[in-house]
Amino acid sequence: MSDPRAAIVGVHNTPQARRLEGTTSRKLISEAALGALDDAGLALADVDGVIGDIDTSSLIYDLRLGPAWQGGRFGVSAVPEAVSAVEAGEADVVLIVAAAAGTYNDRASTAPWTRPENEFVAPFGLFTAAEFALIARRHMIEYGTKPEQLATVAATIRNNGHHNPDAVYFGRGPFKPEDILASRMVADPFHLLDCAMTSEGGCALVVASADRIPDVATRPVYVLGASADYFGPAYRHPPSWDLAGRRGDHVNGQVGARAAERAFRRAGLSRRDVDVLELYDPFSFEIIRQLEAFGFCNPGEGGPFVEDGHIAITGSHPVTTDGGTMSFSHAGASPQMLQRVIRGVQQLRGQAGQLQVPGARVALCSGGGAGALFTSVVLLGTEA
Amino acid sequence: MSGTLLAPQHTALPYATPTRISAPFWDGVALGELRYQACTFCAFINVPPADVCRECQLTGLRWEVSAGRGSLYSWTVVYRPVTPAFEVVPYAPAIVDLDEGFQLVTCLVGIAPEDITPGMAVEVEFHRVHGDLHLPYFRPAG
Repeated sequence: MSDPRAAIVGVHNTPQARRLEGTTSRKLISEAALGALDDAGLALADVDGVIGDIDTSSLIYDLRLGPAWQGGRFGVSAVPEAVSAVEAGEADVVLIVAAAAGTYNDRASTAPWTRPENEFVAPFGLFTAAEFALIARRHMIEYGTKPEQLATVAATIRNNGHHNPDAVYFGRGPFKPEDILASRMVADPFHLLDCAMTSEGGCALVVASADRIPDVATRPVYVLGASADYFGPAYRHPPSWDLAGRRGDHVNGQVGARAAERAFRRAGLSRRDVDVLELYDPFSFEIIRQLEAFGFCNPGEGGPFVEDGHIAITGSHPVTTDGGTMSFSHAGASPQMLQRVIRGVQQLRGQAGQLQVPGARVALCSGGGAGALFTSVVLLGTEA
Repeated sequence: MSGTLLAPQHTALPYATPTRISAPFWDGVALGELRYQACTFCAFINVPPADVCRECQLTGLRWEVSAGRGSLYSWTVVYRPVTPAFEVVPYAPAIVDLDEGFQLVTCLVGIAPEDITPGMAVEVEFHRVHGDLHLPYFRPAG
């Protein structure tokens, strides 16, 4: 029997920018894939499994990787899917790749991946900022969460991006909460700077069996636990905090709580063991919500929790250390989520530059959010 | 009271063609009725409409007419419209708790943004927006 463990052995971000002139999503996919394989010390010919952004089967054909295992999970959940496939013996080397460029051209409208098409939602002018605002409002009503607390989250994450040379908004700060509150209102309570940007770019990860780990160029990072919670399709139903299923264990406002409990249980870790939280940050409030849902503070306490420097890069719970979707990049639907895991890998490898959390050994990465009715959790560690 | 009152849209908006299952809802809106489905077996309310009851999994869904009254569950005020088709800005997407026990996504009208309060009583107000598109908006209950 070979060693059944699988690890993330390669990661790569292409350049990210508001616009990458002259490129396409397809070109960025090649660049990202080759970059991640190079990082791993592997070549395309080593790959026998693929999880793509939109059309994985076309990618297998176009990269000439067939016959290959084909995965299908979206966002950060692609990573545990790849690990499971390798550990089950379905593949040896899985490439996860996503990119977006040239897809957001109608700048009079919000980005295409933010706009719902459902008949009960679209005619009321909803888009992701409004959907997530409807969630945030409930928390403000129930717990008295303040716009200043949301602004503290946005300023913290944007200040991380300010110091990250790879971020689209590198050097664009520093920000104080007052600067966030002074930006124009998009969807109350979200000001412009409470929201993700839109950008272009690609990224890739390589997951390989331990058999190959002696060959790879970089330090392996393991998935210690993972799960994902879904309440239904995004942007078709009211984004209600209190949406509940028939088991009644968690409402949508806590989506991700079940997943986090399962991930921590599998990892044999407690919340205190987490060194860095690479949380998905489509809107400032979502960080407050995830801190509660994942058990880092009690329900309703997320607002006060972020006030006192806890979540800053020097704090007890540093979050979203590359600048996230607000400052690092927000390209398309899938790349921006995978980039949470890539940042977790960079932190655990000690490759985060001046944003390095000293001695980081365990990272929690997330994707999704209550406005979209799903949240995924991946716990990464330096040791299996 | 203060500020400009929120108002319905009045141009061609993005919307999806009703399906066989949803058409009775939209036919009702055009007639000034807010319809919803209730299960004849277990009484569970199915919104949006369904083929099979989401609770008991039986196929006995019956259309009922809501009184169109409820309370405000959550809202936002949008200053950057999703597309230029939404010419009336700001507009206020909201979730309303209907008295019959279901939630709808809508937009608030007839109130200034700064006067909106959580839990306020609201009632439906139907508008023909453009062409064949009629929408159920909600206003403060009189």
